[in-house]
Amino acid sequence: MTYALLVFAAVVSLFPLYWNLVAASHTGERVVQAPSPLLPGRELFNNLSIAWNQVDMGEALINTTIVAGAVATSTVLFATLAGFAFAKLRFKGRNVLLAVVVATMTVPPQLSVIPLYQLITEFGWVNQLQSVILPSLVAAFGVFFMRQYLLEALPVELIEAARMDGAHSLRIIWHVVFPIARPAMAVLGMLIFVQAWNDFFWPFIALTPDGAPTLQVALAGLGSGNHTVNHAIVLTGAFIATVPLLLVFALLGKHIVGGITSGAVKS
Amino acid sequence: MATSLQPDKGAAVIDAPSGAPRAPKHRDPSGWRSRLYRIDLKATPYVYVAPFFLVFAAFGLFPLLYTGWLSLQKVELGGEAEWRGLGNYTRLAESDFFWNALANTFTIGVISTVPQLLMALGLAHLLNYRIRGRGFYRVAILAPYATSIAAAALVFAQLFNTDYGMINQLLGYVGIDPVNWETEKWPAQIAISTIVTWRWTGYNALIYLAAMQAVPNDLYEAAALDGASRFRQFISITIPSIKPTILFTIVVSTIGATQLFGEPLIFGGSLGIGGGSGNQYQTLSLLMYEKGWVTGALGQASAIAWVMLLLLLAIGLVQRLLSRSNAQKKNGAARS
Repeated sequence: MTYALLVFAAVVSLFPLYWNLVAASHTGERVVQAPSPLLPGRELFNNLSIAWNQVDMGEALINTTIVAGAVATSTVLFATLAGFAFAKLRFKGRNVLLAVVVATMTVPPQLSVIPLYQLITEFGWVNQLQSVILPSLVAAFGVFFMRQYLLEALPVELIEAARMDGAHSLRIIWHVVFPIARPAMAVLGMLIFVQAWNDFFWPFIALTPDGAPTLQVALAGLGSGNHTVNHAIVLTGAFIATVPLLLVFALLGKHIVGGITSGAVKS
Repeated sequence: MATSLQPDKGAAVIDAPSGAPRAPKHRDPSGWRSRLYRIDLKATPYVYVAPFFLVFAAFGLFPLLYTGWLSLQKVELGGEAEWRGLGNYTRLAESDFFWNALANTFTIGVISTVPQLLMALGLAHLLNYRIRGRGFYRVAILAPYATSIAAAALVFAQLFNTDYGMINQLLGYVGIDPVNWETEKWPAQIAISTIVTWRWTGYNALIYLAAMQAVPNDLYEAAALDGASRFRQFISITIPSIKPTILFTIVVSTIGATQLFGEPLIFGGSLGIGGGSGNQYQTLSLLMYEKGWVTGALGQASAIAWVMLLLLLAIGLVQRLLSRSNAQKKNGAARS
């Protein structure tokens, strides 16, 4: 019984992804015919090349990689520093500031998009990737995640010993904090990368499908054309957007699972 | 910015070494190096947390307040602002579109969050047993989390297509007439909720699973000795033990549901921004986008954004009151 339910859950989770591949490998006419195709067809490469050219998926892929990479790198770096300070250093206002960090997690992005949009219009940043990267340079979730990890993983004695030896702060960060935080940094990096890769609301406003879109914005453009839409091509686009992350998942899934179960719980 | 001298009650923290500052060997303790060292010690915490607060101030707090100010203005895209006071809010209160969007946000939120969290609880319970290949199941149920809103919504829009979609085909096999998933209100809302539920159930299940694994085993053993069934154990031990985690996921899912935007937008295709032909699944976020970027009424869009914030604050307050009254009940029970 347990197994039957789990197998069912796994099938429900994976089937839409599998069907995405199936639909991407048939012609547009076949996809919109009942009964729906259940096995892969032969049009995958043809569809790929059409989708690739129609909205320049190649450029979207590069843009998304740049955005997700930059956001993940800077979030991990800044979140580790802040998390270390909140976990192990004493300074005035620490508890209040930590409370502010946690509170910011509940503010929806809708509250800030209008001024941000005016700002990037003013700066001429519409359709520029920095308009998507800058607001995400560091995330409250990341700070909190690193704090929780370092609270337990980093022995105070280690820092004290380093201080006695005359190490200044940068040295301590580099030689003590970073090596110990590395596993958590890797997990946080993956989580933030996935999140930034899939982010939709603000990129949809700041970037247009005709400008320098991320994959998600390009997909929204593919799906809402006013002329007849070729659904096989649209789903090929969706497939292109999903595959890189699924590969990351297939390779590192265990660690991501571990990260979600270790970090997200202790609130 | 003197560091406090009281010992911290919380976790162990680093402070300046007591007594004379221990400067590096072979150096004069009162020299510039030692002073530098002390400045380093006191200032660095602030340097470490500064990036977060700078980014938050620039891209979070300032826009939040500015949006509040804008919500009191009549302001068009690219135009000058003109004071309107609470006019935008009273207009919203009189607008059928607003109440429709508010109701839709609520109903879609409920029919996506409730089944999602219940199923996640059940799944976590199953995964908590000793089973073969659980690593595989964990990764499999988390795979939807790696799928973007856009890709998921596009795939489900095909599966839910009224004329040729697989869902209606399956329903046909069991003798149910095709459902109009796009134009009818409740079917459309259910379809959109399905996308949300699909993407997040596995994620929540893993969070529950982690919490369940922290529950001490003796509790279950004692219950088993008393003859409690597994279901009984689940209800009487597991659920109460992981209650803080359940509350946490309720809060997070509620915040997510309040912001719902991409799923209905993309599910609706060219009709997405309006939330379908009859606005049957227009959410607050979609209405805000329509007001701000299609109509160009930024003041009204800002008012909608602030209504969302007030809603979240209200929900947070209710949640806090609930958990407090629960705690009181517990205390009362313990005393009696």
